Amino acid sequence: MELALSPEQEEIRKLVSEFAEREVKPRAEAIDQSGEFPRDLVQKAADLGLLGILVPEEYGGAGLDHISFAIFVEEVARFCASTSVILDVHNSVGTEPIVLFGNEDQRRRWLVDLAQGKKLAAFALTEPDAGSDAGNLSTTATRRDGGYVLNGTKIFISNAGEAGLYVVFATTRPGSGAEGISAFLVGGDNPGLKVGPKFKKMGLNGSAIAEVYLENCVVGEADRLGQEGEGFRIAMRALDSGRIGISAQAVGLAQGALNDAVAYARERKQFGKPIAELQTIQNKLADMAVRIRAARWMTWKAAALCDARQPFTREASMAKLFATDSAMDITLDALQVFGGYGYLEEYPMARRVRDAKACQIYEGTNQVQRIVIARELVRV
Amino acid sequence: MDFSLNEEQQQIREMVHDLCLERVEPRAAEIDESGEFPWDVKELFAKHDILAIPFTPEYGGISGGALTLIVAVEEISKFCVTSSLILSVQSLGSLPIWLAGTEEQKRRYLPPLARGEHLAAYALTEPGSGSDAGGMRTRAIKRGDRYVINGSKTFITGGSVADTIVVFARTDQDGDTPARNISAFIVEKTMPGFKVGKLEKKLGIRGSPTAQLFFEDLEVPAANRLGGEGEGFRLAMRVLDHSRPGIAAQALGIAEGAFDLARRYARDRHQFGKPIVEFQGIQFMLADMATQIEAARALTYASGDALDRSLPDIGSSSSMAKLFASDTAMRVTTDAVQILGGYGYLRDFPAERMMRDAKITQIYEGTNEIQRFVIARELLKDSA
Repeated sequence: MELALSPEQEEIRKLVSEFAEREVKPRAEAIDQSGEFPRDLVQKAADLGLLGILVPEEYGGAGLDHISFAIFVEEVARFCASTSVILDVHNSVGTEPIVLFGNEDQRRRWLVDLAQGKKLAAFALTEPDAGSDAGNLSTTATRRDGGYVLNGTKIFISNAGEAGLYVVFATTRPGSGAEGISAFLVGGDNPGLKVGPKFKKMGLNGSAIAEVYLENCVVGEADRLGQEGEGFRIAMRALDSGRIGISAQAVGLAQGALNDAVAYARERKQFGKPIAELQTIQNKLADMAVRIRAARWMTWKAAALCDARQPFTREASMAKLFATDSAMDITLDALQVFGGYGYLEEYPMARRVRDAKACQIYEGTNQVQRIVIARELVRV
Repeated sequence: MDFSLNEEQQQIREMVHDLCLERVEPRAAEIDESGEFPWDVKELFAKHDILAIPFTPEYGGISGGALTLIVAVEEISKFCVTSSLILSVQSLGSLPIWLAGTEEQKRRYLPPLARGEHLAAYALTEPGSGSDAGGMRTRAIKRGDRYVINGSKTFITGGSVADTIVVFARTDQDGDTPARNISAFIVEKTMPGFKVGKLEKKLGIRGSPTAQLFFEDLEVPAANRLGGEGEGFRLAMRVLDHSRPGIAAQALGIAEGAFDLARRYARDRHQFGKPIVEFQGIQFMLADMATQIEAARALTYASGDALDRSLPDIGSSSSMAKLFASDTAMRVTTDAVQILGGYGYLRDFPAERMMRDAKITQIYEGTNEIQRFVIARELLKDSA
């Protein structure tokens, strides 16, 4: 056991930490208030090669491991969860399925553009009636003229409207559940793909989340990712490593909240001394720090197993569950340390609370994580 | 980043697991019921070199690795916490000698402990000084080449069965700050003036004797002082940095034992025509228990890794592991009793014993309130 970052990972940490401090931090409040998609930050991340983190170098990516990916997402999320989820979705569930399951043509066609940030990626699995029960899709893929026609509605799609590529899941055999699902690579410019208006949300205001409509959307045989019927497996594998990203995002949100709470507690004086000297504040800060540390180890452990090509489904679910529940508690506690000021949108504490809530819900609600974990436990 | 145990650690884990499954688990309920120190388990551990794990080969041991010790304590604790304390206290009592002893002191005292011929204990706490260890009143006065110690200690785990006891006492000079005038001494139980008081009756860890110790003109050779005069407080704190991961390991083992029990029971127990493990209410409890355990394990092993690699934040990582793992053990054992329902409340099943045993891990080697204090202090210092 040696729980240390490699020199390469340390370097990535330094690079992304500087990027987050210099570029993301000053923009976070405006992004949240305006609800605008931060294309400028996406471009800056692309300039640093951060849009192809998991893409092999031969396709123009950085070819880094999942610990580096987790570090990247965490560092950005310390300041702006909207930006981190955009970059997270692109790098993990949007791009990784092609890295893992794409054939050579698909890799050449998409990965180079994705890695350079010429196109953003989105992951279109969830439907109005198929959320946690993702095997029960109603979007159909009907064979026609050597290709497929997709019809159906997707909902809660991150990066919708901004993406140049959508990984779309549809069934070729309606009524046959998970076994009928296939994955398709659909360009953002496909005339059969339309995007609804951006949802107004509790948080993650800068992230574009919308419905995606597939209306006689024609794709070729060559656009099918993996085999027919392999889609559910592809989705589950993508979500396994996607959960590493969400865990990292939660860790970043919590760490940012703790850092601000510590700084505030040292400055804020009541009863003639900094509130940091009051034990009730100290206890809160200590409990926050412990949970963050544990959540980070769990995230990195899942990432390390993933990189070692060992099973990591259970570890990723546990990390996601623990890190996001912790982030919710910690952002609320950090707001409490700020007292009335924490309730004002002038400070980042309220925003973090709003953003943290999403982490308990997306990429598998925490209830779904418990089902996944329990299933693995009972199987043993 | 490598999260795996090395070969030595895996071998020791398997050896300890198999031995405890066969020989210790069947004794656990009796040990709890009788409240007697399990000399047979001590002999078993000595024979299989388990008591040699905390020591390096040059002093008769087989490892000396922090993470290796953690793994061993964790395995024993799955079956019997009282038994795990035999190993934990052997480590705790010898740590001051290991950390601050002269070569001569180490050669004299450590090998018999490693062989399991002697038992060790650590005597810091007093009736009036628990969390505030600097406020102790036991006093050592130097007379020629000896110290004369007077005072008493309480809550001394293994105090009545130990042969070698490290005792902390004031060696006051006028004008010293309280923490600066404490010194540590190696005391042998045969030294005149060393007396064992009554054994406490406790909620849990009943087979582990918790003793009061009395020192009445106890004479200790000056050669038995550990480190310099006044260095005792710092030594005590360093010992705790090293020993808290052991309590975390104990708590982790208790939680794992309780979880395994609850999972087995939930599969076997049928209600409404199916095993209760098929109900989501039970599944979610098990998932939360397992997730908390995974988090506790991460912190506990990380603290062992930090000790083995002498990382600078040992104090804080040890405190974090101890705090989180012990709170986890309390929650998980309480949930395990709940999953077993009425049976969980009966002495016939080990769940209630695990819950009683878990409580102590939140209290000893620094209450969890003290751990939060330590962690917060580091946190507020870091950001200065």
